[in-house]
Amino acid sequence: MAKGVKPRVKVPKKAEAGEVITIKTLISHKMESGQRKDKEGKIIPRSIINRFTADFNGQNVIDVTLEPAISTNPYFQFEAKVPESGTFDFTWYDDDGSVYKESKKITIG
Amino acid sequence: MNLTRRKLLAVGSGTLAFASLAGLPAFASLADDAMAEFTGGAAVTDGGIDLTAPEIAENGNTVPIAVSAEGATEIMVFATGNPTPKVATFKFGPLSGSRSASTRMRLAKTQDVVAIAKMEDGSFRRASSTVKVTIGGCGG
Amino acid sequence: MGFKPFVTTALAIMGMAFAAQADENAKLVIDGQTMITQTKAPAFVENLDEIYSGWVFRSDETQALQLDDFDNPGFVFLDQGIDLFNTVDGSEGKSCASCHENVEDFAGLRAKMPRIKDGKLQTMEEQVNECRTTRMGAEPWKYSGSQMTAVTALISLQSRGMPVDVAVDGAAAPFWEKGKEIYYTRYGQLDLACANCHEDNYDTMIRADHLSQGQVNGFPTYRLKNAKLNSIQGRFKGCMKNVRAKPFKEGSEEFKALELYVASRGNGLSVESPSVRN
Repeated sequence: MAKGVKPRVKVPKKAEAGEVITIKTLISHKMESGQRKDKEGKIIPRSIINRFTADFNGQNVIDVTLEPAISTNPYFQFEAKVPESGTFDFTWYDDDGSVYKESKKITIG
Repeated sequence: MNLTRRKLLAVGSGTLAFASLAGLPAFASLADDAMAEFTGGAAVTDGGIDLTAPEIAENGNTVPIAVSAEGATEIMVFATGNPTPKVATFKFGPLSGSRSASTRMRLAKTQDVVAIAKMEDGSFRRASSTVKVTIGGCGG
Repeated sequence: MGFKPFVTTALAIMGMAFAAQADENAKLVIDGQTMITQTKAPAFVENLDEIYSGWVFRSDETQALQLDDFDNPGFVFLDQGIDLFNTVDGSEGKSCASCHENVEDFAGLRAKMPRIKDGKLQTMEEQVNECRTTRMGAEPWKYSGSQMTAVTALISLQSRGMPVDVAVDGAAAPFWEKGKEIYYTRYGQLDLACANCHEDNYDTMIRADHLSQGQVNGFPTYRLKNAKLNSIQGRFKGCMKNVRAKPFKEGSEEFKALELYVASRGNGLSVESPSVRN
């Protein structure tokens, strides 16, 4: 697991049934592009988060494929429809096989 | 004044293409390859998709962009002047609240950023925006 | 959305060519709290009438990153700072939190730093390392390392919105005078003093960069350039390298004095830590 990786997610705690809400996510990650060289002139191998998904009660909201051109500490903002009370599950997939997860509950009413 | 930046760019690049017809093969770039890979070589029309990017980025490390295309199932973003032109692909699921997303990207130099949307009917839409990447201060 | 008319673009470019103008009307409001980004210069700053936060000089996109703590990438490191604050380290089995139960109690500290303690000029980094070595029995952190900036940012955040109020007289006076002298001394192959850029030429373009007054009220600051939190003295080092000078060492008497002097030039601006800059 890459060092110091920490997901942050901003989801409203409440919504109306069927409301469209804005979600923001950020994860601390170097997103080593594979284009940089170290002091000895050797290429620093690529090490990025390559996929991010957001699901609500098992149904997909967004599925993002990330390339090395995404900035350090990948940030996403997007909208989701909330049909009922439940849980958002956010998942980040690292090149090194690590998977980082975060969940947020939202209540209708 | 109705001459938009995009029209101006279109006029500019049209002239350029005309002037350098002989050099056409050079146009087949890494970016073109990446875009063709996404569209499967299908025709791509302008419009029906919004790409928001700054005209001038204070630092190429963190350039905020937003894409939006009503009726899109996927939107892919390309940085045509980066060593690897692919940036990200947004696939919208059944609970997406809109076919839009924002992120922050890296730009190696001044270049065109392109967003292509794959629509529900299988067609492709395209928008592009030139972002100037500046080099700061006394060489920092 | 969409594309701005060409007229606007052309004007923007022309505007840049002649003189970049800081947007004095832009307001920095975070969580409903309005930051003082412009105010009357302290009387001892002889050559400035008004002082401006560096935020004023940044592009709309960079400014926007600081308006919301979620959008501000510096907060990734603040989360790490909270963890570090609560992590036991060293021979005494203590964490920062063992003595400082509520990090909120540090409200006001950033605004006063650097300060005089036991007759010596002390920076926040030195205070943190003093705690680590004498109270925790832990190794000191690297002056501008990621652990140090994460914790100094966390401590500084507690003072956000408070006006900078660094003491310049009394026991601080000799240090302040020394800092002032350094501020006006030319260094390096480019032969530039701090004042040449940040006092004589702020609000103009140095190549593609919009020169600020070099205020430090937003430090530690998240820079887009290196995507991490940066300390005040780390920034001084960068400036000295840029003018092709051999930088003073972080934690040196020279940089400490300069930090005091530069901080005092921002007396009256809000603490913005962790700010976002280019």
